[in-house]
Amino acid sequence: MPSETATTAQAAYPSRLNAFVSGLWRIIRSIRLPLNDPFAIIGIIIYLVFFLVAIFANQIAPYDPTEILFTESYDLAADRLPGEDGFVLGTTSLGRDIFSQLVYGSQSALLIGLTAAAVVAVIGTIVGLISGYFGGVVDMMLMRLADIAFGIPFLPFVIVLAAFMEPSIWNVVFAMALILWRDTGRVVRSQVLSLRTRAYVEAARVSGSSNLKIVFRHIAPNILPLSFLYGSIAIGWAILTEASISFLGFGDPETISWGYMLQDAYASQALSTGAYYWFLPPGLCIVLVVVAGFFISRGYEEILFPKLKE
Amino acid sequence: MSGVKRFASRLLQLVFVLWAVATILFLIFRLMPGSPLAAYIDPTFTEEQQRILMARFGLDRPLFEQYLIYLWNLLHGDLGESFFYRQPVGERVLMLLPNTLVLSLFSIILAYMIGVVGGAYLAWKRGSFVEGATIPFVLTTRAMPEFWLGMVLLAVFSFSLGWFPAGGMRTAGSEYPSLLALYTSGDFWRHLFLPALTLAIYFHGLPLLLMRSNMLDVMSEDFVTMARIKGLSNWTIVVRHAARNALLPVATSLAIAIGYQMQGSVVVETVFSWPGLGRELVRAVSASDYPLAQGAFLLIAVVVILMNLLADLLYGLLDPRISHA
Repeated sequence: MPSETATTAQAAYPSRLNAFVSGLWRIIRSIRLPLNDPFAIIGIIIYLVFFLVAIFANQIAPYDPTEILFTESYDLAADRLPGEDGFVLGTTSLGRDIFSQLVYGSQSALLIGLTAAAVVAVIGTIVGLISGYFGGVVDMMLMRLADIAFGIPFLPFVIVLAAFMEPSIWNVVFAMALILWRDTGRVVRSQVLSLRTRAYVEAARVSGSSNLKIVFRHIAPNILPLSFLYGSIAIGWAILTEASISFLGFGDPETISWGYMLQDAYASQALSTGAYYWFLPPGLCIVLVVVAGFFISRGYEEILFPKLKE
Repeated sequence: MSGVKRFASRLLQLVFVLWAVATILFLIFRLMPGSPLAAYIDPTFTEEQQRILMARFGLDRPLFEQYLIYLWNLLHGDLGESFFYRQPVGERVLMLLPNTLVLSLFSIILAYMIGVVGGAYLAWKRGSFVEGATIPFVLTTRAMPEFWLGMVLLAVFSFSLGWFPAGGMRTAGSEYPSLLALYTSGDFWRHLFLPALTLAIYFHGLPLLLMRSNMLDVMSEDFVTMARIKGLSNWTIVVRHAARNALLPVATSLAIAIGYQMQGSVVVETVFSWPGLGRELVRAVSASDYPLAQGAFLLIAVVVILMNLLADLLYGLLDPRISHA
């Protein structure tokens, strides 16, 4: 009977929800957000603010970021200074609202930053776990792959890749997935090598736990803060890389990003006309988001390597 | 493992990585959609002419054969011919390499001078207000996009104040009899200063933070305590005893720094129109000049890989406690 299945599903639902919530709580606890470090808190606040701006971008931005604007007397509203004609940060040479572009730029920055960080952290952690725990031929092969990744100059590689693929913000994420797992992978591996010999891991092995269970249940939770440390650095790397690629002209012309704004300003001679209101704000936003990642990672370092704090 | 054996195995690894990078590059450039000659072939070319061109670049052969020819040519230093300049790629990139190296080296020397002195000073002033305020500032400089920093410096010091030229390597029309004459001219250094400063500001954080943490380590060691007991001045202890020992690991990071700097030069060279390898790579990729893009990429990769090796060897040499398993 359909109604019967529905009730059993409903009955099963709360317990599954509970399991989900407690699982989530476990993860949050094992991430160990560095909440006792003032800089880390500043970093988290910066992230929260940009998050809110990105989510409510269409309410905050007064104009469409790509719309070419006109004044009430039907003149092109180009090169307006901040405050002039009601444009908070002025307009570009094409008559687009700089403040709206800045607001929408936070969307692509966070999107790229967070996905790239997640991809780098996940790939790096899995490679490190497998390499460190199983050793042998697998370890040898993975570490030679890491050697190769270390031999590839990252930004030139992204440029070459971006040139052959359709312009898209995902090129940067793809390139980071291919190359930047190397740092996380090596560090996680060396951590696993030392964890593997600990007594509790021995105990789990003797009591008959499978390799899979030991790796994911006993070793992985101790690695998570390390993965997050590298993940929070990767957010910054992704945003900086996307900005560089857009600036060099290999970005997605359809997406408004801070890098695109800077390229637009540079190409429109904003430097020689002294249009600081155009090229300062996007750069400052990049600095804020990236430095927030650094602050959080520093908080992690102090948890992970307390010796540094003395 | 003995030193010679370790050196040999590292050398083998170097050859392996070089081969792998060259292969990956080949695959990227040959597997992409469209003919690699698209930018070279004029639409007015007849099919016959196109076929002759394909044959001239060896593109009519099977992929694997092309790959072997590519490797063989690389071994002989033959990087093909640039579509745009109609000039051997090897000649072109080797001509640009010194410009990039001068920029990288000068900016690194600048960065390390600021970094080493600053790091030692911060370690000395441990726990003070200066230290508390400087570290977030240093982290902020590392969070700046290099090209943006370059843009701001250009707008302020070149366009607004007029203190420095807006780009390039020399004043238009000036001629120098040799590279050395160019590099020693005042004009060249005026052009070099802003791009080098940009890279140095971005890069000084690494030696600074390294120096600081090494100093803190060294300052807690017995011989420093001994020096204190002997009644030596704080200055003597910091400079004569601690700084010397803290410098070693910072020095080894230099090689890595040069490798990273080569990569960062791609954007900075573009902002300042500096005629180097990085800017050439960007221009070659934009113009679909694939042989040139490939050559510029390979040369940058070779420098990065060599510097990684150098850093590894130096590290083992200077600190025998590091064992290479």
